[in-house]
Amino acid sequence: IAGVLTWATLLKVSHGHCLLCFSCLVTLVFVSPLPQFIYIIPKPSSFRLRSLTSNHISNLSMDLRLPSKVLEHILSFVDSNEDRNSVSLVCKSWFETERRTRKRVFVRNCYAVTPEAVARRFPETRSLTLKGKPHFADYNLVPDGWGGYAWPWIEAMAAKCPSLEELRLKRMVVTDECLEKIAASFKDFKVLVLTSCEGFSTDGLAAIAVACRNLRELELRECIVEDIGGDWLSYFPETLTSLVSLDFSCLDSEVKLSDLERLLSRSPNLKSLKLNRAVSLDALGSLLRLAPQLVELGTGSFSDKLDQEAVAKLSQAFSELKELKSLSGLWDVLPEYIPLLYSVCPGLTSLNLSYATVQMSDLVELITGCSNLQKLWVMDLIEDKGLEVVASSCKELRELRVFPSGAEGLNDTNVAMTEQGLVSVSEGCPNLESVLYFCVQFTNAAMVTIARNRPNLTCFRLCVMEPFAPDHKTQQPLDEGFKAIVERCKDLQRLSVSGLLTDKAFEYIGTHGKKLRMLSIAFAGDSDLMLHHLLSGCESLNKLEIRDCPFGDTALLENAAKLETMRSLWMSSCCVSFGACKLLSPKMPKLNVEVIDEHPLETRPDSSPVERIYIYRTLAGPRLDMPEFVWTIQKNPEIGVSHLAIK
Amino acid sequence: MEGGSASGSASTLSNNENVLVSCEDSSSPAENELELGLTLSLGGERRVSYADDSSSSSSLSSRASVTAGIKRTADSMAATSGQVVGWPPIRSYRMNSMVNQAKTLAMEDPIKNRTDATKMRMFVKVTMDGIPIGRKVDLNAHSCYESLSNALEEMFLKPKTDGHLEAGLKILPDGSSGLVLTYEDKEGDWMLVGDVPWGMFIGSVKRLRIMKTSEATGTAQMIL
Repeated sequence: IAGVLTWATLLKVSHGHCLLCFSCLVTLVFVSPLPQFIYIIPKPSSFRLRSLTSNHISNLSMDLRLPSKVLEHILSFVDSNEDRNSVSLVCKSWFETERRTRKRVFVRNCYAVTPEAVARRFPETRSLTLKGKPHFADYNLVPDGWGGYAWPWIEAMAAKCPSLEELRLKRMVVTDECLEKIAASFKDFKVLVLTSCEGFSTDGLAAIAVACRNLRELELRECIVEDIGGDWLSYFPETLTSLVSLDFSCLDSEVKLSDLERLLSRSPNLKSLKLNRAVSLDALGSLLRLAPQLVELGTGSFSDKLDQEAVAKLSQAFSELKELKSLSGLWDVLPEYIPLLYSVCPGLTSLNLSYATVQMSDLVELITGCSNLQKLWVMDLIEDKGLEVVASSCKELRELRVFPSGAEGLNDTNVAMTEQGLVSVSEGCPNLESVLYFCVQFTNAAMVTIARNRPNLTCFRLCVMEPFAPDHKTQQPLDEGFKAIVERCKDLQRLSVSGLLTDKAFEYIGTHGKKLRMLSIAFAGDSDLMLHHLLSGCESLNKLEIRDCPFGDTALLENAAKLETMRSLWMSSCCVSFGACKLLSPKMPKLNVEVIDEHPLETRPDSSPVERIYIYRTLAGPRLDMPEFVWTIQKNPEIGVSHLAIK
Repeated sequence: MEGGSASGSASTLSNNENVLVSCEDSSSPAENELELGLTLSLGGERRVSYADDSSSSSSLSSRASVTAGIKRTADSMAATSGQVVGWPPIRSYRMNSMVNQAKTLAMEDPIKNRTDATKMRMFVKVTMDGIPIGRKVDLNAHSCYESLSNALEEMFLKPKTDGHLEAGLKILPDGSSGLVLTYEDKEGDWMLVGDVPWGMFIGSVKRLRIMKTSEATGTAQMIL
């Protein structure tokens, strides 16, 4: 370790500027304004420097001990938390300086570390981002009451970091008390973004509205809110003029139009406005006239009957939106109103039609006009033919998501989205890197073509909606198709697989998916080999989530060490036995092994499978807010020892 | 279903409404086989035994006697009224939103005046013999049988690459195409499409089925 640090090379430079450059490969280079040296130090790898002690520091050349003021100044240019994490590992004084100057903290698993520890370490932080429940909670696979409570975090931050200005929470339980506490504790609170959260009502929003005098952003993205009424909007004081972004698209109740109009009139900086469905098309016209500077617009319902004059006025209002880059909402849109949008199409980089139940023929002209589109979310009503239009018109497309129109699943589809659509887009759109695609059938040949066309894919999430669906032409498993994807798309970071898959598919993924960070699997594979391939092969694997696959114990226990290098592993309805869970826990103290099972475990034999297991690495130890149906070896030690005979 | 002996006890859950399946540990010798029961969140259907067409490795050949337990035929999937939890993986927020949207479209709104141009849509399911995936057609988008028939031909009889429909296939029950269009009415009877005036048809149709003429003949005889 000492060798790493004495590698410092000294060069004299005559410039007085502070120049900072962190290469992602090896070197950390910076120039201090005084005494004007360039230091080149290899980027500290956490593995090598973790055991650095003060003995080593005394061996360092004097030049590395920068005055903390200088280091602070240098660090003010360092935004990336990854780099900051590296800086903090160089030595104690750097750790101290870094932690006191970090302004933005990301905690990607709220149970990986305690709120107190975070608040203590970063007292000056202005922004906190937290994620709570595992991803599969989105699909109702995590029972209510599992956890992910925001309260302890808000309490801790209120006590130690009163200058907090921004809070971004995803998949957490947020109560009205939490919102009231935020309103009361952070004097300069500016940004609240809640994604897929639940537990609060519109009363909590009123508390935020009334108290946060410098509020800039209030965004509720797909939250489940107890909607008591639309009054909350009227609580924004007349003195509030700083609003930049407002998103209440997930609320049901109608807000008073006059309140909204007044708010818009006094918000000259408003760039993003996402209305809820209750805002009528008629109202939209007057709102747009008050905010022609909008960059992002989410409309309300797009289906009133308007008279000719109203339509003309609305059309005019849309054409005044010269800055508009993003369009969403469009609930219930009637085909005859789609032409209203034509004027904004050329400027759009993002279009979300995923709630617009229009048929393909109504969309064609709209899509043709969107020549600068980078992100398109649409329903499968667009059909393969519509995606051909996308392929020929939207040459800048980077992200495509196609959602199923049948909410109740396979039997409800109006249309049959096939592999053809995606193949067309992969051919026509050279910048396509992210795909989420729901469809009824696929083929290996199509995936091979897509991989060949688009080796630049970074995210490929394919959902063939019927479980175990084979290649519909050859009736073979989709192994070869996914092999092509992972082989050719060398930068693939996120993958979701579906259809009929054998262990071979996962052997390929393990062999080639070296940059894969997140992997989602359902109804696939044949045996433990599958899990073994993944855990032993995918070096960068960070999050793995699996449901309804036939494997468990052996692969899990053999690759237990891998789990500490990952953020989390989720397995539900697989073959993980209770005994294996008991064996795993004491082996890996830095992991929380949670068995989530709604049937009592006390009388469960070791060999019986558990419903769900959620394993995540943590510094905080077992959490204190576990409900009855979550079992860990620490919480229920009486069910402790495994009698399972495993090699 | 249970494969071989094992050191562990036979696995059953006491409240065993769900199907149990053995999972074989393929990487350990037979004596140390783990026997595990598997409870799945699927809607209580019995498992169909695993089809032996898998191309998986040879160590799994002994699994012929072991069901993977999760596989179902397409038919049984279609027949299940209960859906698999969390599948397809659509965010529950979005699911709720779509369901609400569908309800709104289906409800007549007495306050707003709807002209003929924005009539309620009336989607009915259409299946065709030999095609596993059903479709839906909006009957209110048509005003006569000819139009409906054309739409169905477009939907089910895939055009060749040169854009023309396969020559001569018509679905109206004139017998020439080998296909016949039938519908189930409100009383549960299967009728031939085209017998009654369009308006009466719209009022009583629940769903449509395109049958092969040979099968229809028998039914038609029964109806008559």
